[in-house]
Amino acid sequence: MNAPLTTPTRRMFVATGGALVVSFALAPHGALAQAAKPNVPAQPKLPGSLGKAPVLDAWIGIGGNGGITVFTGKAELGQGIMTALIQCAAEELDVDPAAIALVTADTERTANEGYTAGSHSMQDSGTAILNAAAQVRAILIELAATRLNLTANQLHAKGGAIVADDGRSLAYKDLVLGQELHRAAQPQSPLKDPKSYTVIGKPMRRVDIPGKVTGAPMYVQDLRPEGMLHARVVRPPNYGAELVSVDIATVEKLPGVIKVVRDGSFIAVAAQGEFQAIEAMNMLASIAQWRKVASLPDEATIHQFLTRLPAQDEVIANKGSPAQQGTHVVNAAYTRPYLAHGSIGPSCAVALYKANKLTVWTHSQGVFPLRASLANMLQLRPEQVHCIHVEGSGCYGHNAADDAAADAALIARAIPGRPIRVQWMREQEHGWEPFGPAMASSVSGAIDGSGRIVSWNYAVWSNTHSTRPGGPAGNLLAAQYLARPFQPPAPKEIPLPDGGGDRNAIPLYTIPNEHVVDHFIPQMPLRVSALRGLGAYHNVFSVESFMDELALAAKADPVEFRLKHLDDPRARDVITKAAQEFGWKKGETRPRGQGRGFAFARYKNSAAYCALAVDVTVERETGEVHLGRIVAAIDSGQAVNPDGIRNQIEGAIVQSASWTLYETVTFDRTDITSRDWSSYPILRFPQAPESVTVHIIDRPGEPFLGTGEAGQGPTAAAIANAIADATGARLRDLPLTADRIKQAIGV
Amino acid sequence: MTVLNVNGKQHEVHADPRTPLLYVLRNDLALNAAKFGCGLGQCGACTVLVDHNPVFSCLTPISALEGRYIRTVEDLGTIDKPGPVQRAFIEEQAAQCGYCIPGMMMRAQALLEKNAAPDDAQIRAAMAPNLCRCGTQMRILRAVHRAARLMTVELQGPVKEAQK
Repeated sequence: MNAPLTTPTRRMFVATGGALVVSFALAPHGALAQAAKPNVPAQPKLPGSLGKAPVLDAWIGIGGNGGITVFTGKAELGQGIMTALIQCAAEELDVDPAAIALVTADTERTANEGYTAGSHSMQDSGTAILNAAAQVRAILIELAATRLNLTANQLHAKGGAIVADDGRSLAYKDLVLGQELHRAAQPQSPLKDPKSYTVIGKPMRRVDIPGKVTGAPMYVQDLRPEGMLHARVVRPPNYGAELVSVDIATVEKLPGVIKVVRDGSFIAVAAQGEFQAIEAMNMLASIAQWRKVASLPDEATIHQFLTRLPAQDEVIANKGSPAQQGTHVVNAAYTRPYLAHGSIGPSCAVALYKANKLTVWTHSQGVFPLRASLANMLQLRPEQVHCIHVEGSGCYGHNAADDAAADAALIARAIPGRPIRVQWMREQEHGWEPFGPAMASSVSGAIDGSGRIVSWNYAVWSNTHSTRPGGPAGNLLAAQYLARPFQPPAPKEIPLPDGGGDRNAIPLYTIPNEHVVDHFIPQMPLRVSALRGLGAYHNVFSVESFMDELALAAKADPVEFRLKHLDDPRARDVITKAAQEFGWKKGETRPRGQGRGFAFARYKNSAAYCALAVDVTVERETGEVHLGRIVAAIDSGQAVNPDGIRNQIEGAIVQSASWTLYETVTFDRTDITSRDWSSYPILRFPQAPESVTVHIIDRPGEPFLGTGEAGQGPTAAAIANAIADATGARLRDLPLTADRIKQAIGV
Repeated sequence: MTVLNVNGKQHEVHADPRTPLLYVLRNDLALNAAKFGCGLGQCGACTVLVDHNPVFSCLTPISALEGRYIRTVEDLGTIDKPGPVQRAFIEEQAAQCGYCIPGMMMRAQALLEKNAAPDDAQIRAAMAPNLCRCGTQMRILRAVHRAARLMTVELQGPVKEAQK
């Protein structure tokens, strides 16, 4: 009954067995880089993340049985990246996608592509694999040319073989017999003409869905290696609490309990059975004595509290004159609360410490950074730690995945030789995950007599949007509570162009006088980190709400007003497409209580373009918002899996609608009080929109721009704009709850 | 010892009778589909059918389940021969991370066994106990509509389908 102790995805079991795969797959840490070095003099930049592992067989292996293995350092998070990456490889290798097995983030098998985050996977890994595959195809043609005594232009790739004009053909597996693909990657690749694509740009069914709907062991939660123990951690009652005493002996007598592990204020229990572990955890929690030290700010005035904290200020845009100009000045201030990732499956990890080596199966977004932090925490060399990504529940950023891995690692080291599975409880996930930070912004803008924006002054306040692990262990929750605790490293702002709190703080609109300041607040009263979109969710909500406020002042149609201030043709195209498909009509009047809203953003001002229009009905008596028809347009560059893009944008819209209408992390002066789905309600089926339609503007041959986070910000603003249209009341504080709406309209 | 009828097979289970069904399904019977989500009956990731009704397996102790008919996603079909609800979810690509989907499928199965052609409002109401955090709701709704059609076709047989 025990699952094999390996990554569970069926595709990953597909044997490849070829010498090339093995030569890379079994290479010890660092061997790849060493092997590559002699071949790689100072090169021009390689496409995507090819430069992170600049040899072709780090990305693509062809086995003796004809199986093709593609390696990516990125992880499947439910965003469908495996399928899109397979499409990239299949296209340039001219093989059926079903012939490809994909190996994802693994510190001993794949390139170190950092975190799977920031909508970077297609840009980084997709581009690398596309180019590597094209270069491999060229090598295969070259090998066949030699074997058949023909020239390359008499040969082409087809269905896993190189075929000659005279009808002869050689299968890939018969061409690759040794180290033929162990070659330095080149900056230029013989990429296909996008017009000839047969796989890229065509909807492909996700490779992981059949397993997920039939109960296959797809998730780290489903691993059940021989001899595995179930463990649970007792978290402190609140931030920083110290464990004073606990009667371990009593708990160790409970049925099934193998061991209670204590290190300072970190305390956990391992048992034979999962329910036994939970019961032991409950008993431990009830008898543990803690010294509480936390004091939290007042939730009711959290934004005033945050904006008064010391900040590091940076002017990130400064154009024209700082003096206020124009005939009509508008001022506004916006806030967002702390938001939870709220993964449906609490975080989980399995770890095994055996023969001085730690193996961790984790749903972390970054197996390499996690490895560095685990090694630091346990005082091991990185080579002694092997992190393997296995899917968990969707994370939407830095949730407790890495923390669960650290928990499992600590327990596994205390119980060597037994695989340890730790799953967090719901209350732990809700209470201890690093939240998306609360934010505030203020903006002042002016329009001239012709309805043009002449000046824009914007300021944003935020904590960091990344306390991810990597290097020192201090960002791992458990590490902060050990007898010799690790201090969290000083938080940093993520620099532009991507940005953190200032992501999308600079409007994409053409404005002659523009001043934007990022107030980065180092002190963090609540634990925070990356949540899908980072600062873009708040900044786009602010900028796009304010665009409607300015449009109202200019007596202009919101769509026309946006177009009037945009030069980027692709930005104009998504706006026009969304408006047309929605049937947006200028100056249309609606009955009271019905509204429509529009919003747009180019994610990070450098990635995907997304615009959407939303219909809402606001019930006057209750303040409740019903989401009607939603129509979006998205330009992610070259579309690889159109249905994957639609799925991501549909999801972004529904998730962002939930954040925007319902969600707030709550706390009192000592504790996080939103500890489950009852105290942290999210959107349920009856509240889902009537319909969501996503139109893709495909850009064949253009770079991949990523998709995952493009919809978060525009959705929030479009809903706020629709509520303003329906009620005449402008809500500037997220979430836009029924109570706040009632208050705004005076019910 | 507790004897459980899961997916038509009798299983002798030696766990503490207070153990919630979910842990027995997953750890004793190696049925992976039902998932731990909250342990509180708030999210539906653990939903299975007991005597044709959807229940939260994370809350239901096995002591309450002897002689009852328990069904999980593993009973709906296999990866090679998926059943109508599974086919509908595949055809609509109604999953992102997919963690909540087995619970969704069992709740949909329960609905469709009682109401062969539910309208959108009925589906939304029936699915309300189950949460999806990826925002796959629109696809899940489409998949339930599709599953209703597929089940009808399956019940009425291929002849009827061919006549259409």
